[in-house]
Amino acid sequence: MSPAHRSAPGPPSPVRRRRWLPAALLLLLATPVWASAGRQPHGHDHGNTPNVTDRTSGTSLSDTRIRWPGWRKVVDTLLMRQYNTRTVLLGTILLGIGAGTVGTFMLLRKRSLVGDVVSHASLPGIALAFLCVELAQPGKGRSLPTLLLGALLAGLTGVLCTIGIRRFSRIKEDTAMAIVLSVFFGIGIALFTVIQKLPTGQVAGLQQFIYGQTASMTSADVRLIGMVSILVIAVSCALFKEFGLLCFDEEFARSHGWPTVWLDLVLMALVVCIAITGLQSVGLLLVVAMLIIPPAAARFWTERLGTMTVIAAVLGGLSAWLGGIVSSLFARFSAGAVIVLAGTLFFMVSLTLGTRRGLAPRLLRQWSNNRRIGRHDLLRTLYEMLESQLDTFPADSSVDPLCLTRLTSDEILSRRSWSRSRLAGLLNNAVGDGLLDASDGGWKMTATGAEEARLVARNHRLWETYLILHADIAPNHVDRDADLIEHVLEPDLISQLLEAVSERYPQMEMPPSPHPLEPGT
Amino acid sequence: MLAVTDILTFVFSSLIDDWFELDTWIVITAALAAMACAIPGSFLVLRRQSMMGDALTHTVLPGIVAAFLLSHYLKSAGWIATDPSDPHQAFDATSYTFMFAGAMLTGVLTAVLTEWISRQGRVENSAALGVVYTSLFAVGLLTIRLAADNVHIDPDCVLYGNLESVWTGPGEIPRAAWVSGGTLLFNVILVTCFFKELRISTFDPALATSLGINATLIHYALMAVTAATAVAAFESVGNILVIAMLIVPAATAHLLTDRLWLMLVLAALIGAASAAIGHAMALVLPPLLLAPFADQPLLSGVPIDSLDASTSGMMAATAGGIFILALLLGPRHGIVLRMIYRLRLAIRIAAEDLLGTLYRQDETSPRTGPTVDHKSLVQRFATWRLRRHQLVTGSSGHPVLTEAGRHAARKLIRAHRLWESYMDRHFDVPADHLHETAHRVEHYLDPELRDQLAHELDTPGTDPHGREIPDD
Repeated sequence: MSPAHRSAPGPPSPVRRRRWLPAALLLLLATPVWASAGRQPHGHDHGNTPNVTDRTSGTSLSDTRIRWPGWRKVVDTLLMRQYNTRTVLLGTILLGIGAGTVGTFMLLRKRSLVGDVVSHASLPGIALAFLCVELAQPGKGRSLPTLLLGALLAGLTGVLCTIGIRRFSRIKEDTAMAIVLSVFFGIGIALFTVIQKLPTGQVAGLQQFIYGQTASMTSADVRLIGMVSILVIAVSCALFKEFGLLCFDEEFARSHGWPTVWLDLVLMALVVCIAITGLQSVGLLLVVAMLIIPPAAARFWTERLGTMTVIAAVLGGLSAWLGGIVSSLFARFSAGAVIVLAGTLFFMVSLTLGTRRGLAPRLLRQWSNNRRIGRHDLLRTLYEMLESQLDTFPADSSVDPLCLTRLTSDEILSRRSWSRSRLAGLLNNAVGDGLLDASDGGWKMTATGAEEARLVARNHRLWETYLILHADIAPNHVDRDADLIEHVLEPDLISQLLEAVSERYPQMEMPPSPHPLEPGT
Repeated sequence: MLAVTDILTFVFSSLIDDWFELDTWIVITAALAAMACAIPGSFLVLRRQSMMGDALTHTVLPGIVAAFLLSHYLKSAGWIATDPSDPHQAFDATSYTFMFAGAMLTGVLTAVLTEWISRQGRVENSAALGVVYTSLFAVGLLTIRLAADNVHIDPDCVLYGNLESVWTGPGEIPRAAWVSGGTLLFNVILVTCFFKELRISTFDPALATSLGINATLIHYALMAVTAATAVAAFESVGNILVIAMLIVPAATAHLLTDRLWLMLVLAALIGAASAAIGHAMALVLPPLLLAPFADQPLLSGVPIDSLDASTSGMMAATAGGIFILALLLGPRHGIVLRMIYRLRLAIRIAAEDLLGTLYRQDETSPRTGPTVDHKSLVQRFATWRLRRHQLVTGSSGHPVLTEAGRHAARKLIRAHRLWESYMDRHFDVPADHLHETAHRVEHYLDPELRDQLAHELDTPGTDPHGREIPDD
């Protein structure tokens, strides 16, 4: 048997075993913990993410004006000359890329809000990990690997609880998510209030898990985010086909023997990794937004999964960059919120301009379609009005007989239920397209107009005849159906139609209308 | 009212050591807030818009901030009167009106934007919700920072609530209790007036529309009411835990009943119970759990009794606990009851299968064969039950049917063979495929159905395999 023969597509093998998937899952979960080894969360006890330059510029909080930056500062920021700006930008951009990638799959699986659940649900894990380690080994509780491990476990537990509640009760998915999110978060808050009353817990460093500390990101944070992002992208690339299958047709994947449950868990683990890593460096809000907004924006530009993933990653990175720059230029803008709003800006641009699903291209298509349909309707009307007179003209005339007769608006209105203004618009468009000429109070067709009018009328009648011959529709019912279809008939479809009706009208240039054309008859 | 709180304080303080009038007021305020939340929450759960509740509790932030800014500017411009006794100018009636209006507007705005993006942009609904709520929340956070000095808003207070500071002094009803109680009253009146409309539009929006009820209007009204309720509850339980009070009691009630009005009542009761139990747990639980570690360096220098947890956090946790209880022990949908039902069915089937096997053995070669080996726990239990009812005797390896057992087995075999005959006559099934189906159906054929089958088949003597069909 030749190799070519052997590789010919046969029936799919019944079970595709991926024994390494569980191991990969473990490895995946271990990475953020390992990458953060030996580190402590940096402690800045402050509320929501302060702006990037807060620490250096020393802006007073009582200053409510927005201070415009000088051009030196703009250049400095754009060239990322400051170490702090560089770190923050790099970290958030990497996070944006990673979150955009994995968020794409979550969006397509209609689970965009899972990131929200995971990041809220991880809170009690952090608190419990701190408490347990402090009790076992006093003073060691605030090491980052421990806290991340706790967060990972709690986040995964949250996801599993959501699945479990939905599976074992009549509670729907959205309610299950809301329950897990709020109850886990409540437990977390309760634990934190206790921890903060302990002598060792008073030092902050745990608080930032809720808000994050975008501005005080260190190069070690960036390394951690970078490693997790690379891991996420690598796994997404390696399992791209499988994830795509999971997103678009889970039943099909299962029926072909793919381990959908494990794949689902790996995907969830990716979300948990990104969410937890982002949580401790940029905060809850930004993580949730980064997982949802860039993929949702990318959806407007393409129908292909690969392209969409790339666009989502790029948009995630771009909004992080833009938000970071803006927040470092304006003293009072907090980085996290500005990055979210930059993402929203990209989303709105995509919503309006996106080439595949955006509003503007769609409206444009709709508008040009309507215009074409209006033109066709007008030309066919004119043709039908003139048709009865065609025989009276000499056949050998050098001028098209259709172009000789002048028609007034009132005559046209007597044949159609158009309003006067609509007719005026149609006529105007047709004159603009060079299909009609205005001549003392009426209109005449040009040669191009006559040509197109014949074509439109013929398409209309071909379809009518076809419906009568092959679909058994009464002659007085075909006009409306043909009205809808005549505008979208392609040339090769026309030739097929010609063939289909040739038994009835052999060699005919223009089939006669199968129904009376005068209104009211 | 005050007498009631005295009684409550007395009851609780006899149970828990450090319970004072303050604690009673905390519980009353939180319970009122939870009950107010449970009403719109129930409709969110039934309409599958629970995450909308989550989103609304975030998006009202910019509404509140905008309202505060507006009322502040109006006051400083002298357009509306100010109360000189309030240093922050934050909590008078005007501010409250503005705050509720702002929250309701942003609530409706969230719903409208989500709807518009998901319809016009063809974005999946939850993704559209995610986009809208993170963006609006970011706007709110930015505005707070930009307006920090003009407005007395503490983000932490809005986010986590400040139940512990509701109480103003002995003998006074706290302001937060008035607000929560008023919201509860408002919600109850709304639900009572529009119960029919709400019910129809929740369960069958198409029917509601055909009956002339504007389902869209009701949807947006629900969003506005949810947002207003969330704002009212912020002060006591905090932004993020409002979602717990909106959804968890309602979901718990949904597990327990199928009647809408009962669900509303249960949800409110469960919310109130979570408030009371939650606060008690917040006082009692941490010292109890940490007591074994009292000699650890972590706890050195801290009196264990002072380690109480946040009430709002414990409220959410308690509500979650009640939900799990309902999930496990609920009357009709509870996991435990369903498992018990399944187990009993499995035991019955195993017992009947054993009876059938013994009967068939007796038919072919009477009183022989150590053939029945029961391995699984269910089968062992089934055998034990058969022995107890004296349907089977003999040693465990060699069970023998008693007379009563033979009678029971005969019914089963009759059902089995009647079904085989029926299948054979009416369906085009090969003879060697009859057994499997009959083996499954035999356990569900009651005497009446057996007689009907026999009647239909003109009381056949044998089954398609030629074996005798016993009498009942």
